[in-house]
Amino acid sequence: MPTKRPDAEVLCQILADQMRPHVDLARTALVGIHTGGAWVAERLHTLLGLHTAPGVLNVSFHRDDYNQRGLQANTRASLLPFEAEGAHIIIVDDVLYTGRTIRAAINELFDYGRPEKIELAVLADRGGRELPIAADYCAHTLTLAAAQMLELERAPDATLSFRLTEK
Amino acid sequence: MTLTSTNRNPQLNSHGELTHLLSTEGLPHEVLTRILDTAAPFAAVAEREVKKVPLLRGKSIFNLFFENSTRTRTTFEIAAKRLSADVINLNINTSSANKGESLLDTTDNLAAMQADMFVVRHASSGAPHLIVQHLAATGQDHIHVINAGDGRHAHPTQGLLDMYTIRHYKQDFTQLTVAIVGDVLHSRVARSQIHALTTLGVPEVRVIAPKTLLPSGIERLGVRVFNDMKEGLRGVDVVMMLRLQNERMQSALLPSAQEYFKSYGLTMDKLALAKPDAIVMHPGPMNRGVEIESTVADGSQAVILPQVTFGIAVRMAVMTMLAGA
Repeated sequence: MPTKRPDAEVLCQILADQMRPHVDLARTALVGIHTGGAWVAERLHTLLGLHTAPGVLNVSFHRDDYNQRGLQANTRASLLPFEAEGAHIIIVDDVLYTGRTIRAAINELFDYGRPEKIELAVLADRGGRELPIAADYCAHTLTLAAAQMLELERAPDATLSFRLTEK
Repeated sequence: MTLTSTNRNPQLNSHGELTHLLSTEGLPHEVLTRILDTAAPFAAVAEREVKKVPLLRGKSIFNLFFENSTRTRTTFEIAAKRLSADVINLNINTSSANKGESLLDTTDNLAAMQADMFVVRHASSGAPHLIVQHLAATGQDHIHVINAGDGRHAHPTQGLLDMYTIRHYKQDFTQLTVAIVGDVLHSRVARSQIHALTTLGVPEVRVIAPKTLLPSGIERLGVRVFNDMKEGLRGVDVVMMLRLQNERMQSALLPSAQEYFKSYGLTMDKLALAKPDAIVMHPGPMNRGVEIESTVADGSQAVILPQVTFGIAVRMAVMTMLAGA
């Protein structure tokens, strides 16, 4: 299938430009979903110059496929370097697909407190939603078949790139 | 029984995943490490506003305690509740066993109540294993079993939480000297510790006890035996004390509690022989003034209360791994 692989570095810039008019440098906090989303959150944090350090969400405890797949071997604790209660949080992920990961991420955030506002920023939206979830900031939309996998990778020099594979 | 089924570790399924936890003996290094790795994020759950995750929602976990234990039962109960499971505590001392119901009749009845997991404490060594065999023979092996202490045999979650504690404070197992002190003969905790320590690569495991409280042939488990506590504690990184059960005092194995304390009680003086940063552990409940002096138990090197806290995370990890296998 001749789907063009989106350039993740360019998309980071586009996403930051979209977000810039809407973020509050002192108040807005980013949380990236482990692992790809966390890389993007780090990048956006620098590009936007936010004051609050970005957090990392691990959604394993709230995944809805635990009964089929068990707990993933590399489960790490979420890390929120700020108070969730009353916070303005933007969840950051690399690819938005079914929406199930985002549902789990929202549940995970509420285990830490009651944020005042949660938004969603993604590098790419590949369609195929199974839940009523939409991104507030999205740098790229594309349509992929169910058998295709779009994954973010990070090189040793921290360059981000997308890998498109067939299952 | 076929050759393969006798050779297969009853704790692991055909994919090598942990499906029951009966003993630390025979658990491969990678399974032990996986349990400790999995426990780490669960320890962080206790720091949150909501100390609960939904992984075992809808599962029924039965605590079957044929022998009394407040601490172990409570930590299993908290672990299961933090995973959102439904927990049913059965104190069998006061229940059907007293009316003559057999162990397997009890578990069959609970299986008929759609149990998903049994946590079993029993005075007889091998009771949890017997339940596992029976579940397999009756096609009910979707039910998982955790041994919460059986006779003198094993207490694997205690052994595992001890390993978690050691790794928390010492990071690397492969440079350590660890001493286990006390009534090794009657201790299921000591056995679970020894198997886990040697599998995780601790180069020197010592046991320190009077001859009357050591099982014969203990050296075969890969430990160094010391009858002199001062000699045994020299240069160790970790001191793991065992509880001296009061009933042993009445037997001919020991002269008196005072005599025992003099030779094998952990005092500040004796602890000074270990490395300056050595940690002191105890599975509880402690007999202050018998196996451990209060100044040590409450001192800066004791990690006895963190052991209890870590125990919840380790039990959450084990339950999650079993239910997800």
